[in-house]
Amino acid sequence: MASHSVENGEKQKPQTKALWKVFWILLVLTAVEFAIAFGLDSDTFKYTKVIIFIIMTIVKAYFIVGNFMHLKDEVKSLIWTVILPALFVVWLLVALIVEGGYIGFVR
Amino acid sequence: MAVAKTSANPENLLWKGGTQPMKVGYGKLMMWIFLLSDTFTFSALLISYGLIRYSAPSFKEVIPSMTHKTFELSQSYWPIPEKVFEAVPFLHGVNAPLVFVGLMTFILIFSSVTMVLAVEAGHRRDKADVEKWMLWTILGGFTFLGSQAWEWAHFIHGSESGLALADGTKVFGANLVANQYGPPAFADLFFFITGFHGTHVFSGVILNIMIFYNTANGVYERRGHYEMVEKIGLYWHFVDLVWVFVFTFFYLV
Repeated sequence: MASHSVENGEKQKPQTKALWKVFWILLVLTAVEFAIAFGLDSDTFKYTKVIIFIIMTIVKAYFIVGNFMHLKDEVKSLIWTVILPALFVVWLLVALIVEGGYIGFVR
Repeated sequence: MAVAKTSANPENLLWKGGTQPMKVGYGKLMMWIFLLSDTFTFSALLISYGLIRYSAPSFKEVIPSMTHKTFELSQSYWPIPEKVFEAVPFLHGVNAPLVFVGLMTFILIFSSVTMVLAVEAGHRRDKADVEKWMLWTILGGFTFLGSQAWEWAHFIHGSESGLALADGTKVFGANLVANQYGPPAFADLFFFITGFHGTHVFSGVILNIMIFYNTANGVYERRGHYEMVEKIGLYWHFVDLVWVFVFTFFYLV
């Protein structure tokens, strides 16, 4: 974590290098997503594209939550308090997508 | 100290402060818990989109010979996003799929980095720097909201040619009952999901303005710390995070 200001009135230098690096990572990832969206043929690579997009979204989420929201610097119990309940969303996702396929099948 | 009337707790179990659970301030911890609950709300919306989309017929089931290249919009199957979101302001008639929404993504990521720079400036207790970066963040928020408004207006008005139906009538744009892009649920989900996210962005901009106002008035300088900037920063990054997911699941997949 960034340290708090010194009391003798001297100004600290900004420590922003790491933050800008994350910005460039996010920007490049989004650009790559665009390149894949238009570079790969949707008819042959439909599911490959979907999988790549989901993986890249999770990578972006990792950088935003870890570096911008500084979750990486928090204590372990707080990290798990946030991450663990959120992981159960995957369960809902799988359950409802399966259900959706079934609704489409019987319609 | 107040006299305990009914408490049966031994003295050493009473929580009297002094230690911070999870080593964060109360407000920050509660902001994390709130964001977790908001995660569930947005997950529910996006997963509902997944369910409805997956249960609706795809164009391959209705017209097997159709490919992504020859795709035509119709109300009998789910649209593909690059055929719906393909307009850019001031470039009338130019086919530029997903370019505008890509720009919006860029704006939001940029305002996220200016927000984290404001938080960093707060750690250094540099009032001028916090003000500067908060202003950039507010500007980014307003730009995003303006872009969203244009996107909605375009989506509602639709194209000039509209969509010809089997009975000879035409549908232009979208409302909650019918739209020219696909099944009614498509536009409903578009309005609900991007609208719910846009409402969050709007609240975020209001909160950012309040933080800027307090910073400029020296409230946090007198308080001795800029934790409030951090808390609102968490909310603002969360809004950006949600957009990353909306972008993927609504516009790319």
